[in-house]
Order: sequence, then C-alpha cells, then structure tokens
Amino acid sequence: MAEGAAVKKKQKVNVPFDYDKYLRKGKLPHIWCPGCGHGIVLKSLLRAIDKVGLDKSSICMASGIGCSSRTPGYVDFNTLHSLHGRAIAFATGVKLAKPEMNILVTIGDGDALAIGGNHFIHACRRNIDMTVIIYSNAIYGMTGGQVSPTTPEGAMSTTSPHGNMEPAFDACAVAEASGASFVARSTAYHMQELEKVLTAAIEHKGMSVVEVLDSCPVYYGRQNKYKSASHMMEEIEKKGTVSGAQAKNLSEEEIGDRFVRGILKQDKDGVEYCDAYDNLIAKVQVKK
Amino acid sequence: MTEAAEKILPRIEIDPKRCKGCSICVDFCPTNVLEMKGALATVVKLEACTRCDLCDLRCPDFAIRVFD
Ligand SMILES: Cc1ncc(C[n+]2csc(CCOP(=O)(O)OP(=O)(O)O)c2C)c(N)n1
Ligand code: SF4
Ligand code: SF4
Ligand code: SF4
Repeated sequence: MAEGAAVKKKQKVNVPFDYDKYLRKGKLPHIWCPGCGHGIVLKSLLRAIDKVGLDKSSICMASGIGCSSRTPGYVDFNTLHSLHGRAIAFATGVKLAKPEMNILVTIGDGDALAIGGNHFIHACRRNIDMTVIIYSNAIYGMTGGQVSPTTPEGAMSTTSPHGNMEPAFDACAVAEASGASFVARSTAYHMQELEKVLTAAIEHKGMSVVEVLDSCPVYYGRQNKYKSASHMMEEIEKKGTVSGAQAKNLSEEEIGDRFVRGILKQDKDGVEYCDAYDNLIAKVQVKK
Repeated sequence: MTEAAEKILPRIEIDPKRCKGCSICVDFCPTNVLEMKGALATVVKLEACTRCDLCDLRCPDFAIRVFD
C-alpha cells in the first residue's frame, strides 16, 4: 500500500492558475504589444482577486483611456471604460450608489496623475473605499510615447527629444500626502510580491493606491535604448527598486534614486467616505 | 530505481496563437529550458525544468503554462 509513496520522491505538483475563469471568452490575445508589462499586472491582479475570494459579480472595474485602460475589456466583471482622466470620478459614482461593490480602478500614470490628477488627490483625501492600480510605465503609451508626470528627469520621449527637463512625480508620495489610507508599490518583475500587495490593497477598507512599475518596451524602451522588454524589467524594475526590508538597512543616500517597494502606508483607523456619508445621514435624520 | 528514472517530467504548453514572442519567459527562466524559435517561445531542455512557474507568472500574454 505505502510502497508507491515510499519509493516515489515527493514532487511538487504544479497546477497552473486558471485565469480563464475571470476572462471574457474569445477576447484574447489582448491588444498590448509584445513584452508590454500591462499583461503581467492584469495576471497578478486576477490571482489577488482569487486569493481574496471576491465574487465576480461583486466587482466593478473602471478605467479611463490608455493602453492600461483596456484592462476592463478582458475581464468577466462589471466593467466601465470611461473618459481619459475620469476613471476615479466614475468609480466614485458607482461606489456611492452601490457601496457594497468592490471597486477596482486600472489606470495609466498619465491618466491618474496628469489629466486625472485632480480626481486622484481628492479621492485620496476622501478615503473612499476603492483600489486604484496605477500601471506606471513612465510614458503615454497609447498616443505614441509622450512625456508623462512619472517620466524620469533626463529621459527621452516623443515630446522630450532632448531629455525630460521636468522633475517626476512620486505617485506614492502624492497618494500618501493626499490622505489615501493604503499606499504600496511593486513592479511587474516582482509579480509574486505584486500579487501579495494587491491582495492586501483589495482587503483594505478605504482608498488603496498601488503604483506598479511596468514597461512600455515600444515607446519608452526604444526611445531610451533598452534592448528588450526583459532588459527594461531588469534595469528599471529590478535594479531600480529596493524592497521595504532592504530599505530599512540603507541610508537615504544608499537608496539614491531607487524606488522603495512594498506597503508604504496602512492606516486602519481613518473614516471611510461611504461610512462618513451614512453617519451624516443618520445625524441629520435624528435632528428632524 | 535511479533518481533519473523516477523523475516525472512536467508538461509545458505554449499557445502559438497567444505567444507574441517577447522572450520574457526565455530570458528569465533560471535553468534555460526555453528558447526563441523565430517569434515563438519553445521548449528545448524540458529535463532541466524545476516547475518554478516564473515563465507563466511573467508571461504578459497568458501563453505559457506548466503542468505536472
Ligand atoms: C480628454 C482627452 N485628452 C487626451 C486624450 C488622448 N489620450 C488618450 S490615452 C492618453 C495617455 C495615455 O497614457 P497613460 O494614461 O499613461 O496610459 P498608457 O497608455 O501608458 O497605459 C492620452 C493623452 C484623450 N483620449 N482624451
Ligand atoms: S504602446 Fe506601450 S503601453 Fe501601450 S500596449 Fe504597447 S508597450 Fe504597452
Ligand atoms: S513570455 Fe509569453 S508571449 Fe513572451 S515569448 Fe514567452 S510565451 Fe511568448
Ligand atoms: S517552470 Fe521555471 S524552470 Fe520550468 S520552464 Fe518555466 S521558468 Fe523555466
């Protein structure tokens, strides 16, 4: 009886994750270019959703316009493909009308921080319960590689042909300063860490912002002389970041211009916006 | 029984309709199991596969999967 078990050395049994149960049938292959990081972010997000155990019909995924904003088109949830810069505004409307829904916003760095910067900071300030996933590729991908608020100083883009003269935004610092109660950063290269961070972000009640460094090999990559998608992932996402644990043992000088990954802020005590709204209604009704 | 005879090889499936030939899986496979053949990732050294799953996890195109 136990003979087989005794003879056979225990092997890790590998059953690949079933992404298909969350995808719309017949929509793949997606439109993203070869090596685009957006697909890796989507896969990590689907694994996180699975881990949290969200029911598909309880999710509303909202986006604006951009390559990253094509994400909702592929998933079998309630989805909203809205206007450039307005994803968070639409998502806010859905959340207030249906507070029981789990809101995910998939948004480009241009969408979130340039045209939609205003909506972004105020949603953070209100601490409304949603998870905003910034696909941060340091460029406007969809429109041909223009400079974005996260393009590093000196980097090439279609609209900075002599090198970007502007300092870049630190999306996480903006989110923290604006009042988001959960702020984290990861990369497409660190896709397992990303899955964990996204799981914690979805589970957190309040405004969760996750900046994901990912690559646009076609526009950012070519203009900045990266050889391939994996070369970009190696240089920007791996060598360009340090984990929170590593950062603890490093001085600011040693960290230099590398980004710190992991959960950067989590405040569980702040009042969430829909709750604040309910409290206000209760207060006004008592007065009457 | 020798260890080699005992070893059950995994099955790696690459969907040619989905693979866009980005080479991410090839470049990050720790044991060089994969190689690019034109614009398609292919398995060249299955016996070296450790089932680490990194190829699947980093494939942006849902194109490669590792089964037992
Ligand atoms: C009101 C408005 N202004 C400008 C545009 C053109 N536009 C479409 S996508 C985009 C930027 C996309 O960049 P990002 O949000 O970073 O996403 P990515 O494509 O890099 O994923 C712009 C400027 C638009 N669609 N609507
Ligand atoms: S243009 Fe850039 S961001 Fe858009 S799909 Fe292609 S690689 Fe991705
Ligand atoms: S990572 Fe995916 S799309 Fe890229 S070469 Fe490998 S199988 Fe093909
Ligand atoms: S599972 Fe790991 S070892 Fe096997 S092919 Fe994929 S990356 Fe290589």
